[in-house]
Amino acid sequence: MIVDKLEIVKQEELAPKIFEMTLTGNSVNEMVTPGQFLHVKVADGIDPLLRRPISICNVDIDQKKLSIIYRVEGKGTKRLSERIPGEKVDILGPLGQGFPIDQLIQGNTALLVGGGVGIPPLYYLAKLLVAKGIKVKTIIGFRTEKDIFLEKKFAKLSDVTITTEDGSRGTKGFVTTAMEEQKNSYDVFYTCGPTPMLRAVQLAATSTGYVSLEERMGCGIGACLACVCDVNEPAEGEKKYRKICCDGPVFEAGEVVI
Amino acid sequence: MTKLHVNLPGLKMKNPVMPASGCFGFGQEFARFYDLNKLGAIAVKAVTAHERSGNPTPRVAEVDGGMLNAIGLQNPGLEHVTKHELPWLEKFDTPILVNVAGNEIEDYVHVAESISKIGNVAAIELNISCPNVKEGGLLFGTDSVMAAELTKAVKAVSKVPVYVKLSPNVTNIVEMAKAVEAAGADGLCMINTLVGMKIDLKTGQPVIANKTGGLSGPAIKPVAIRMVYEVSQAVEIPIIGMGGIHTADDILEFMMAGASAVAVGTANFVDPFACPTLIDDLEKRMKELDIEDITSIIGRGWKSLNKSISS
Ligand SMILES: Cc1cc2nc3c(=O)[nH]c(=O)nc-3n(C[C@H](O)[C@H](O)[C@H](O)COP(=O)(O)OP(=O)(O)OC[C@H]3O[C@@H](n4cnc5c(N)ncnc54)[C@H](O)[C@@H]3O)c2cc1C
Ligand SMILES: Cc1cc2nc3c(=O)[nH]c(=O)nc-3n(C[C@H](O)[C@H](O)[C@H](O)COP(=O)(O)O)c2cc1C
Ligand code: FES
Repeated sequence: MIVDKLEIVKQEELAPKIFEMTLTGNSVNEMVTPGQFLHVKVADGIDPLLRRPISICNVDIDQKKLSIIYRVEGKGTKRLSERIPGEKVDILGPLGQGFPIDQLIQGNTALLVGGGVGIPPLYYLAKLLVAKGIKVKTIIGFRTEKDIFLEKKFAKLSDVTITTEDGSRGTKGFVTTAMEEQKNSYDVFYTCGPTPMLRAVQLAATSTGYVSLEERMGCGIGACLACVCDVNEPAEGEKKYRKICCDGPVFEAGEVVI
Repeated sequence: MTKLHVNLPGLKMKNPVMPASGCFGFGQEFARFYDLNKLGAIAVKAVTAHERSGNPTPRVAEVDGGMLNAIGLQNPGLEHVTKHELPWLEKFDTPILVNVAGNEIEDYVHVAESISKIGNVAAIELNISCPNVKEGGLLFGTDSVMAAELTKAVKAVSKVPVYVKLSPNVTNIVEMAKAVEAAGADGLCMINTLVGMKIDLKTGQPVIANKTGGLSGPAIKPVAIRMVYEVSQAVEIPIIGMGGIHTADDILEFMMAGASAVAVGTANFVDPFACPTLIDDLEKRMKELDIEDITSIIGRGWKSLNKSISS
């Protein structure tokens, strides 16, 4: 966990309002766990004041490069999208606990389910899983065809199912619609996306798995208690809450109330 | 030699900078970034008699020049803090200011009495200004009679100096300050956050689940400076100034307004190294401005004025 200034090497619009930013710097060596995030200071000075949590999407250790994919939502991500190659971005990271993969063995099958800007952290996860000899199936959901991103990259690593809410591409409906077909065909699931989607995925899943949560953050390092969530059934004398920024953002399915 | 150290009741500080309560946990997270010995003092998160789970989320929202928070005094409670958090801080040669909160006078008295007996607790910061809890807190902070009564009760049992943390959500801050000074307070901390709100345009509802939250950050600095300036002229006890400090010049401004030391809150979220950086920058700025001893500028904002009026 460090504060560093990473240099922007590329900024590309992948789909309307969806940007991929590639960054380089020595600290990239430490960003090796999929599902961890960076707390990004989108611009110098006090406007906007707080950092923005953005997941690590891909890492290339040899080239000391990493990428993030983000959607322009408000002031901070808008400002980030205006930054240009050559400029430096102040980042704090890598933060949080990522997706655990050590428990899996060669030949296992993993189902990755992502929605919108919850999809990016699943990409680096897919890469590491494949490298480990795990079979990967991916379901990624969008609102409509033109919003689709990362499809080709996932296709190189896994069986990809696209879902769109309006049916303009792939399966019409939500990611859970496509999960029906995959029933009992995987040993573990990993999911990231909007909270209602996470709830539905957790319910529909036929194996154990991991969910990555979102919450508004202050510090990002566990000190301010802005980002807490409740533990489902805390044991006597155990902590009743978890901090999403440092105990998460990834939790075992069922561990916390979502 | 540039002199950075300041002495306040119970707090022998290497420099005038401490992290503000609630913005630094109990120190452990920041100790992963730097040596806490660097700090002038540490104000830890509010402690209540029993564990508190705080408010529902979202608990924070960003606004122009600041942020709103409604954490709701979540903390592990007196026993846990006594057994685990404070002992961990023993290894540092940095005075600890423990922020104490409660619903009733009895709660404050119980926590203050018990915590003031612990070896490494240098002083108590009575939190009568938390805007984010339904009972206690701000109720004491907006009524000078109640604030004085509470201060007196805590002073009667505390083994260490007692600082009262004032709320800016009052009509007359000087009256509050004088009331707690008369009741025996050894010092004042000011300001806590200002009550605010932000509406989410998509939902039409307040962003923060608690609806209102406390405004902190650069946006509140002018209010804090004004209050420190007014109060420091009206009381004899020292003031720990805070509200929006992000640069060394902000620290100088607070001290010229009349603060004897300062606390840094929100800036720790923007940069985990905020406090040590500010301490280094402060020394540099003092050299540039030919300030040899930091205590020489305390209250310069009104002292010179008063002098010129009298001459
Ligand atoms: C662990 C984690 C990983 C994330 N990864 C990604 C990612 O890879 N790609 C991506 O596009 N988005 C991601 N997000 C969401 C992203 O943080 C928000 O979209 C972003 O902070 C919005 O900032 P803004 O200034 O554009 O929006 P504004 O609405 O102007 O932001 C105002 C404030 O609210 C906070 N905020 C607003 N929406 C969210 C949200 N959904 N989650 C947390 N804080 C929010 C902002 O950080 C800021 O403090 C992630 C969130 C978390 C918690
Ligand atoms: C997230 C957060 C939590 C806080 N918790 C406490 C607290 O527990 N007790 C307290 O006295 N003040 C608390 N405060 C107020 C700060 O100590 C400080 O008075 C205020 O934030 C103004 O300083 P700043 O602008 O530098 O942040 C909190 C502030 C923030 C932002
Ligand atoms: S964001 Fe501060 S504790 Fe998680």
